[in-house]
Amino acid sequence: MTTLTQTPAPRRRRFAFNLTGRIGLAIVLACALVAILAPLLAPYPIGKIVDTDYYGPMSGKLWLGSDYLGRDMLSRIILGTRYTVGIALGAVVIACAGGVVLGMAAAVIGGWVDLVLSRFFDALNSIPSKLFGLMMVAAVGSSIPVLILTLAVIYLPGAYRFARALAVNVNTMDFITVARIRGEGPLYLVLSEILPNIRGPVLADLGLRFVFIVLLLSGLSFLGLGVQPPNADWGALVRENLGGLPYGAPAVIFPSIAIASLTISVNLLIDNLPRKIRDRS
Amino acid sequence: MTSSVFSLVAGRLTATAVTLLIVSLAVFVATSLLPGDTATILLGQAATPDAVEGLRKAMHLDEPAALRYVFWIAGLFHGDLGTSYANNMPVAQLIGARLVNSMKLAGVTTLFSVPLALVLGITAAIFRGTLYDRVVTFLTIGLISVPEFVVATTAVLIFSVYLHWLPALAFANEIHSVVQLLRVFAMPVITLTFVVAAQMIRMTRAAMIEMLGTHYVEMALLKGASRSRIVLRHALPNALGPIVNAMALSLSYLLGGVIIVETIFNYPGIAKLMVDGVATRDLPLVQSCAMIFCIGFLILTTLADIVAILANPRLR
Repeated sequence: MTTLTQTPAPRRRRFAFNLTGRIGLAIVLACALVAILAPLLAPYPIGKIVDTDYYGPMSGKLWLGSDYLGRDMLSRIILGTRYTVGIALGAVVIACAGGVVLGMAAAVIGGWVDLVLSRFFDALNSIPSKLFGLMMVAAVGSSIPVLILTLAVIYLPGAYRFARALAVNVNTMDFITVARIRGEGPLYLVLSEILPNIRGPVLADLGLRFVFIVLLLSGLSFLGLGVQPPNADWGALVRENLGGLPYGAPAVIFPSIAIASLTISVNLLIDNLPRKIRDRS
Repeated sequence: MTSSVFSLVAGRLTATAVTLLIVSLAVFVATSLLPGDTATILLGQAATPDAVEGLRKAMHLDEPAALRYVFWIAGLFHGDLGTSYANNMPVAQLIGARLVNSMKLAGVTTLFSVPLALVLGITAAIFRGTLYDRVVTFLTIGLISVPEFVVATTAVLIFSVYLHWLPALAFANEIHSVVQLLRVFAMPVITLTFVVAAQMIRMTRAAMIEMLGTHYVEMALLKGASRSRIVLRHALPNALGPIVNAMALSLSYLLGGVIIVETIFNYPGIAKLMVDGVATRDLPLVQSCAMIFCIGFLILTTLADIVAILANPRLR
């Protein structure tokens, strides 16, 4: 209303990232790009044995050395990006979408629906995540759809709890009461009144949960229970080449670095989210 | 102690019992999802239908799932964990010694990580904003945001590949001397300590910073009390509750870490047993190990909550 005289500069500044945030964003975008363009970027076919030596060192021909069979490590890491980023992204979207929908529903409807849902998800939450993953894989076997669903189920309770806590706060506000008096149904309340007000924190939570999922997925793959050979995500690449660890082979170091750089940069990105997104509640 | 504290604690314990029941149901359902018939899988392709039928009867697989669940729970209460599919030994016997090994690992890790985390967390909070604090915070965030096996491989690279202090991954199964014992324990304990201490340091630091921001600490500062007196006499006693709470919560991260660490270092503990059980689809073994892990996790989180209740002076 009184912003007519204001220059657009401060408005844009509120959306701007600071330096740390930009570095994080750049690495995350780079990972996404690599995942999309993987087959074009990989210098060698992933299954092809290009080195006569195994656990070869870094060289001009093989930038990141070779793995335990003499395959090019750089190509395998680039292709592995697809599995790590793709599976984690799929799982986090399902987990957060489910958690937010159920959380908002529980907050708006209240009563026994809220009680039953909260109690049930709290119980699920008290199963250690890695153990849950182990059991699911033991029970149904490991394939990529199973992995995505398992990871989504494991992190849904956390997303539910977070969204519910936010939605309960919003639910007590006057405009919700007004909307209720107006005679709006729960669907309208959830979509038009609550969701816009919790969007920012939910997005930040999504990023955080993405990190947890990448960590768990890598952990499971490292145990040999995640992505199955001949495909390999970053965790599986570490497992495959663990024999090279005593020699300090690049084949075991670089997948680890890849995981660490992705998770740390997502963390940096979330910690330095622009004010406008973060404080939206 | 008033009755309100008592009822809060009782309420928390009841919630834990309910949770444990739901968890046991989840464990049972998850491990019963196995596609295909267990008896057929066990006997292999050459089995006759009669043999399969006999085994199904012997293993009570022909009973309804609800009944099997009741039998399983009743067995757990009697200490009867069932029989391993893979080698026909009682699960309790398989788990026994392994559980002791894992507890040793967890105990030694706790012994190292708690004092380390207390010192680093509290000092980082006192010197908040200094270079020291920033270094500690950066390291803990770095440790938290990478998977446990990356911490383990990095520890191996540093301590055995570059410094040659410790053997890398191969471990002798027989232990003849104290030095050998130390060498077997060193790498797993170092890795777990890093993982667990990082969590603890963060939470301890946060708890201490909150205490240092309270009015009575400000009052002590205005009275002219020395920095050490403010920290040791005014802030620390009140921060103790939240800190113990943080310790118990962080120790629950040990459970996840133990699974990775025992596998990577080939440590003969219960987590390694469980991962092997998953590979061979040995369901009774996996069920029992899962229950032990869940119970451990629940004990720690319940303990954390109860400490938080007891430490709140407003409830006394």
